[in-house]
Formats: sequence, C-alpha cells, structure tokens
Amino acid sequence: MRTSFKKTFAAVAALVFLWSMSAASQESHIGNLTGNAKRGKALYTRYCIYCHGPEGDGRGESALYMDPKPRDFTKAVFKCRSTPSGTLPLDTDLYNTISRGVHASGMPSWKPLLRQERADLVAYVKTFSSAFQEEKPGEPVVIPAEPATTAESIKRGAELFQTMNCWSCHGKDGRGHGPSAATLADNKGNPIAPFDFTSGTQFKCGETNRDMFRDLVTGLDGTPMPSFVGAMTADQRWDVVHYIRTFATSKSHAAAKNDTVGQ
Amino acid sequence: MGRGMNKIALQLLLVASLFAALEQAHGIPAFARKYGLPCSACHEAWPMLNNFGQTFKDNGYQLGNGRDAPIYQEPSYWPVMFRTQGFWHRENNNRQAVDSVPGSAGSGQVEASLTTSGFDVGGVDFITAGTLYNNISFFVQPFIGNNNITLSQAWARLDNIAGSRWLNVKLGKFELDQPISQERSLILNNTGALYYNYFFTPPGDNNFFQGVGLPQLGVELAGHSANDYTRYSVALVSNSNGSPNLPSNKAYDVYANFNQAFEVPHLGSQQIGVYGYFGESPTYYQTSGGNPIPGTGLGNKSFYRVGAYGHWYVDKFDFYTFFMHGSDNVFLGNSVASNHPENLPLGAVGPTWNGGFVEGHYNPTPRWIFLGRYELARMSRQANPSIRSDAGNLDTWTLGYRWYPIMSPRAGLAWTQEYSRITNPGAAPISGLDNIRNTYLMGFDFDF
Repeated sequence: MRTSFKKTFAAVAALVFLWSMSAASQESHIGNLTGNAKRGKALYTRYCIYCHGPEGDGRGESALYMDPKPRDFTKAVFKCRSTPSGTLPLDTDLYNTISRGVHASGMPSWKPLLRQERADLVAYVKTFSSAFQEEKPGEPVVIPAEPATTAESIKRGAELFQTMNCWSCHGKDGRGHGPSAATLADNKGNPIAPFDFTSGTQFKCGETNRDMFRDLVTGLDGTPMPSFVGAMTADQRWDVVHYIRTFATSKSHAAAKNDTVGQ
Repeated sequence: MGRGMNKIALQLLLVASLFAALEQAHGIPAFARKYGLPCSACHEAWPMLNNFGQTFKDNGYQLGNGRDAPIYQEPSYWPVMFRTQGFWHRENNNRQAVDSVPGSAGSGQVEASLTTSGFDVGGVDFITAGTLYNNISFFVQPFIGNNNITLSQAWARLDNIAGSRWLNVKLGKFELDQPISQERSLILNNTGALYYNYFFTPPGDNNFFQGVGLPQLGVELAGHSANDYTRYSVALVSNSNGSPNLPSNKAYDVYANFNQAFEVPHLGSQQIGVYGYFGESPTYYQTSGGNPIPGTGLGNKSFYRVGAYGHWYVDKFDFYTFFMHGSDNVFLGNSVASNHPENLPLGAVGPTWNGGFVEGHYNPTPRWIFLGRYELARMSRQANPSIRSDAGNLDTWTLGYRWYPIMSPRAGLAWTQEYSRITNPGAAPISGLDNIRNTYLMGFDFDF
C-alpha cells in the first residue's frame, strides 16, 4: 500500500514536472515581459513564416531567394548571443535579434512591433527545438570596460588581425573578400560570405564596440566565425575591435541606441 | 446509412483540405517581392498598413537591413505593380429628379427611386516605387480610368538626411500624411469608399476642397522615431487640389500632422494625433472674354480644417476615431468675389461645421478582416441665413468584409462584400425630404 502510494506520487510529480517544463518552454521572459507562444504563433504566421518556414526550419517560400539563408530554429543554433559558443541564447538575446534585425541579411528590425509581440515571438521560436526544454541557456559572457582607442591599440589590433587569420576570410582591406571567403559555408552547408567591415557602422549582431567584442568572445554559432575566447586576451580583443573600426573611418561609431535589453 | 455518412465525411475532408491548402499560402505584394516578406508583414489587411508597414513607408521604402539599394536586386527586378477590381454592384437612390415623361424635357420633373445594377471594373492603378539609391526613394502612380489616364502621384524623397530619421524631404505630387489614408481605404463602393470629411463642401460654398483627401503638389518635411510611435509631417502645397500645370492661384496651403502611439499591456498600440490644413482660395480670376484664366486667381480668402484622431487596438479589434472642424471665409462660403462685397447676402457669415467618423475592424487572421464605419458631418453655421440649418449634413455607414483566399508569391487577391448607405437630410431635389443612397458591392480586388 505504502509502496503503491509512493509510485503514484512519483508518477504525478513527474507529470507535474514535465508539464511545468513544457509550460515554461511556451514562455519567454524579457525584463518584466512574459511572452506567450500561442500568441507568438499568430505573429509568426503573419511576419516570419515566409522566410523561416511553417516548421521553423528556415525553408520558407522566400528562402530560396535569400542570401544568407534564414535561420533554422529547429537546430537551436543562433548567431547573436550573449552566451558562450555552443550554448543556448538567453531570451533577451533572441528578443534583441528580433528588435535589431541582422544587418546585411534579409532579417529587418522588427522594432515597430509591440515589445509584448516581440516577447511572444521569442516564446514561439523556442518551441521549434526541444533543446529549450532540455537545456538551460549559457551564462552571459563578461565584457570588461573598454580601454581608450589609441594608435598603439589599433596597431596591435592590425597585427592580431593578421596573426589570427581574420584576414583570410574578411580580407586585408576588411571587405570580406579574403582568400577563404569563397569556400565558407554555414552549419547547413549553404555558402556564406564574411562580413564586409567597410559597409558601415552596423554589424551582424549590433553596432557598438561592446557588440563586436562580444562577437569575438561568443563567435557566431552556425557560421564559420569562431569564438576567440581562448585565443586572445580581453585586451587583445579590444585591440582587434579598435582596428576593425578603422575600416569604416568615415562613419561615426557612436554608442548604439538600440532598444536592446541586458546590454 | 454507412455509405451516406462516408460521403459526408469525404466531402468535409475535401472542404477542409481546400481551406488547409489556402491557409498555407502566403503572399508577397509588390514591395515584398524585393524583400521576400509576406504582404501581411506590412499590411493589417492590404491595402491598410500596420505599424511595420508604416515604418517601412516612413523610412523611404527601406527596411534598413543593408539590402535596400537597387544594387542588391536582380538586374531584371523592376518594381512595378498594378491593382484593379472586378465586381458586381447595385445602387439605389430613393429620390432623384426625373422627367415625368421619359425623353420629354418639358414634361416637368418628379422624384423617383432609381436602381441600377451590373458588372463593372474599377480602373487600374499602376505603381512603380522603391529606392533609386540608399536613402533616395520614389513613387510614380498613373491611374487608368474608363476614358482617361491621370497621374495620381509622382514624387522623389530624400530619406534620413544627415543620418537622421527625423529629416526626410519629399517633392512632387503626393498623398499628404493623412490621419487615415484615403488611398488605402478598405471600402470600394461609390457610397462608402470616400472619407466624406476630407472632401466636405458646405451648401453654397465654391471652395471645393480636396486638400486632405487627394494627392497634392508640393514639398513635405517629415520624420519619425525608430518604432514609428512618434511621427510628424509638415507640407507646403500649391492651392490647386493636385492639378498640374500651375493653376495654383498664387496661393500656397500648409498641412501639418503629428501623432504619438503608446503600447498598452493586454490591449496593443494606441495612437493619438492632431492635424491641420490652412489655406487660401481665390474668389475671382483674371478673365479673357469673360472666361477665367487658370492660375490667375485673385482675392484669395482663407479657410482651414483642423482636428484630432485616434487609432485604438483591443487585441484583434481596432478602431479609428476621427474628428474634423472646418471653416471657410464668408466670401468663399457664399461664392462671392471679394471685390464685390455688396453681393454678399444679408447676414452672411463664414460657414463652419464639424464632422467625424468611427471605423472599426476585426482582423482574426491576416486572411480575414471585417469592417464597419459610421461617418457624419454637421453644419454648425450656414454661410447664408436663408439656408436651412441642416442642409449639407450627412450620415453614412458601411458594413463589409474582405477575405484574402490567395496570396501567392507574386500577387494578392481579395474577395469583398460591402453595403453602404448615405443619408443627406433635406437634399431631395423637389420634395426637400431626405435623400438616401444605398450601394451593395461584391467582387475581387487584386494586385500583382
């Protein structure tokens, strides 16, 4: 009798746990916003489905004509994160990507949508992969204070740009025409072009120096851009950031005014 | 019994399959062809814009994702679209003056209820628009009617001047930044398609104002916040109701619009705005052989239209509320040349009036929109005391829906059904009773 009760209790507890995990996966939490996947699905159908596809696998009807290809949410691999390479992004990372868009791609800024709507979209995007139920996001990386940009830091950055082989993809002039550029592919085997640093002040995952520093730490998962967290010190990463900024010298790189969270 | 049930089940399955197939299709209207977005991304239900579409428009038809300049398009890409309609409609006018003996002009006139019906087409709008270069946008819209071709719009715009989204300058013939776009009306029929307040002219007035409702010739300065919640526009336009070739009557009008939106939890976006149109119109012209020479207007007198509006969302419902106050100078209101004030009737004053409308939509999915509108105008002061106080008043309402069964990768198609009714008190030509017009329309509205 006692054993039977224990088994029943354990089964109920397991069900409650699974249900709560499932419910949690249907939600997102961005600041004081709680996103709802059901509402997000309606929004996804209106705004996103044509590129990312009804199954979230990046095979929408427009995907054929897009370069780079839309993200495949079923793989739970995201370029723009504040978490280490190989880990899931925070809800705020997905929210910021939706808000900011991904520069030099078909993904526009969806800032005109309500903040609640963007949170709802995050909740729905997470339903495409079971990874969001099975794993926790990574811990956000730490970005130290930025030292001043000096001629010396730029010079050091230029040397690192060579020794770290950044030039082999991005090119010596930063235009994305390095010798390896034509051979690059994303995690689904689609050709992908390195970023052209001369194209302006915006980058794939933001427009501030902190954004670029973070990219060097986290890498852009799903692309050939690796994490340099073990290959360079923090000061060296800042030097590279300062050097990359010189490719678009005619443009201001004042602090971004994105509607981003947690940055 | 069993076979009957199976047959019904099969039919239900076929119908369900048809709807399922339709629901999986998503459309790309003209601009979306460039970016690969569905038309529902920019349109609540086309042609009505949502906030994302309004932002795209305000940003010079640019998404700002580094893919806006024409250089990123296939060389064969040509940003052209057309829109037209094919439909059946029925109209009834309850009191229209007719000859008592058809064909006999001398037989005297009586009032009769007239009904006409039949198939029809709505003319064709051709639109080519987009970006000439980064931050230089354009829009050209010829309209082919039954017997003529007109240039509805033609303008170029410098966008994001000095890198600021608050500075955009447009020059040419363009639709003013209206509280609710006349060009994007969801209603097609003759009775309900117009926003009457935009075109209202009091009885006896010769200032046939179309400034707010129709595209105007001029220059516009406009700006907006990143999410388009805050917007402004100021336009200086020729006083010609959009007619080219300098019939400007030596006068310029000014239009301004400002609106602000707020996000309200559990409801959605709420927008409020104010606008004003201030201008002058001629009361007489230089003449040749007694005929007025276009563009030589003299004796300009002032008029204005001001008001406020709102756009309120309650989840899948949204409502526009609109108010307008209008006033014309006494000479305009009485159609009297200002160099002959002695021709003004005794007790003549400048006419004033108020009007407004409420338009509601229910948009459960991007494929369906149900709509209703009630609009009214009320004279508050007639120009001539001898005119009955309610002359010129109007009440109109519309009910309808639009269904978008097919939104293919290159086109959009809407099936629409609508019923409209307008009442003009005391406007029957002989009896002076109320004049009422009813219109029913159903048909296709499509673009490619």
